[in-house]
Amino acid sequence: VTAITWRGNNLLALTRDYGVYAALVVLIVVNLAITPNFLAADNLRTQAVQVVPVLVVALGMALVIGTEGIDLSVGSVMAISAAILPLYLGYGAGLSILLCLLAGAAAGLLSGALVAVVGVQPIVATLALLVGGRGLALVISDGQLKDIRNVTILDLGDGAVAGIPYTVLVALVLVVLVALLVNKTTFGRQLVAVGGNRRAAEFAALPVKRVLLGVYVLSGVLAAIAGILGTARLTASDPSKLGELIELSAITAVVVGGTPLSGGRIRVLGTVGGACLMQLITATLIKNDVPVSVSQMVQAAIIVLAVLLQRRAAR
Amino acid sequence: MTMTGQPIGTSIATPARPSRGATIAGLAQRHGALVVLVLLLVYGAFAFDTFLTFYNLGNLAVQASFLAVVALGMTLVIVSGGIDLSVGSVYALSGVLAAYASQWGLIPGLLLPIAVSALIGLAQGVLIGRFGMAPFIVTLGGLLFARGLLQFLTDEGAKTYLMPADSPLRWLGSGRVLGIGVPVIIVVVLFAVGGLVLQRTQYGMRLFALGGGEESAGLMGVPATRTKIITYVLSGTGAGLAGVLAAAQVGSGVTVVGVGLELNAIAAVVIGGTALTGGRGGVAGTLAGVALLYVIQDLITQTSSVNPNMQTVVSGAVLIVVVVVQTILSRVRR
Repeated sequence: VTAITWRGNNLLALTRDYGVYAALVVLIVVNLAITPNFLAADNLRTQAVQVVPVLVVALGMALVIGTEGIDLSVGSVMAISAAILPLYLGYGAGLSILLCLLAGAAAGLLSGALVAVVGVQPIVATLALLVGGRGLALVISDGQLKDIRNVTILDLGDGAVAGIPYTVLVALVLVVLVALLVNKTTFGRQLVAVGGNRRAAEFAALPVKRVLLGVYVLSGVLAAIAGILGTARLTASDPSKLGELIELSAITAVVVGGTPLSGGRIRVLGTVGGACLMQLITATLIKNDVPVSVSQMVQAAIIVLAVLLQRRAAR
Repeated sequence: MTMTGQPIGTSIATPARPSRGATIAGLAQRHGALVVLVLLLVYGAFAFDTFLTFYNLGNLAVQASFLAVVALGMTLVIVSGGIDLSVGSVYALSGVLAAYASQWGLIPGLLLPIAVSALIGLAQGVLIGRFGMAPFIVTLGGLLFARGLLQFLTDEGAKTYLMPADSPLRWLGSGRVLGIGVPVIIVVVLFAVGGLVLQRTQYGMRLFALGGGEESAGLMGVPATRTKIITYVLSGTGAGLAGVLAAAQVGSGVTVVGVGLELNAIAAVVIGGTALTGGRGGVAGTLAGVALLYVIQDLITQTSSVNPNMQTVVSGAVLIVVVVVQTILSRVRR
């Protein structure tokens, strides 16, 4: 009996770990069969470009969730980044981008300090920033949509190397960096240890506070990058709309990708798979004339199913 | 299970023999929102002629009543140690259903949306209580599902259902009794009932026990599954009722409302002194929390020199200050 249960659990664990890739393959095969021009370079490029903001935000979210936290503020940080970007473009794109990244880091530092030093729950700390951050972005931009005319930023938005858009390249580089960070560095090991068991990590004299601060700063910076990429692609800074509800898509991508909400485990590639899967589901349904509303309900079912699977596998 | 002597909720909230510092810290934590609210009311009364008038406060109370009903259910959920992200979507869905069903009369206009909302709460409660899934994820699914269903019913948001002009349902949203808005009266009644349920019933005690620690609650014989299911049904129903009232006020089911409402509700509950870790809190604080959010909003609107976008910045800052103070106070009390 034990052996059978063990094999059953093993199968569940396999589904949890690799289910997202299997689902992706199935979806791609289905698309090859039913969606006209699915393999066309144009379509693939569109899908890749659309998934970039969610993917970049989800990378940071995966780190935060790995520490048993959550970051609801990412959409508002994107908005702040979008609001700041056009302000100093007169001094060059480099300085503007740097300021955006600094703002993202500052936002992350605030959430991180609330979580790590004060001991506020991550959901509340980042909720405060979600509420206030969007308002701050609107105050900075005076609620205005601003066109971007800077050539560097515009080029970032629609340029490409060998047919691969710059924004996608940036996302790919970030994926590799975050994967290396999680799997090959001391910080990555400490991060997973803090998420797995914070008290044990404290007893082991790990720098728990510093790790938490670092994780939220990284999430803030990644959200700021997503804000820059999103603005570049829109060719306009839109702080009132950019990144709205992206925290939910990012959390979904992370969870569907096999990173448990309970922390202690981070699957970077799974997160990429999760983001692509959710993007592809929406695209497939819409391309085949299924209304957005139904695709939303399908997404809801997938999230719940993925987590149900994780629970079973964990037992 | 019979409970004798001190209710569990109280025993967790106040240790047997607290020091004086701890008592003051506890008081500040529980009634901090009320103190700030009173201070702001006094400030508003002196700063603006049009603030402390029956007309202004009456309107403010009606506007705040929808969030208040949602936050009441959220209080129960948070005391139990959970969270309900679906309330904003359920609120919007329920408003549309109310407007749609009001063509058949008052009873269908009330029952259909509330039944659907309760059903969504039930489904979430079963997934959380019976299958042990994380409330955050289940209700995130609920948020997407209810919003999707709403879009589906309204032809992707293109169709707006209007309540017949003579529908008695409209009175629930825009009627007045002795000059006081009907939604406000409903809020007062619901909070009175909610307070009694939380403090004086077996269900309320079980809720505190569950939020205090699920394992120990289980050892005491608290039926965790059932208690959780009831709680999410109540939260869904509350969101549904709020949606009906809001739709009744404007006379139609507006599809775009309720986005982010869950966050405002959570903020109000937390500002009101209910701990997100569960096991501690009350409905009176939540009411003060809701009022505080709306008074801040009104004061900023009245101050014409301030950018109206500052309102959410201030709300966020208030939330940060409150949780920081609460966290520090709860350390003092230990």
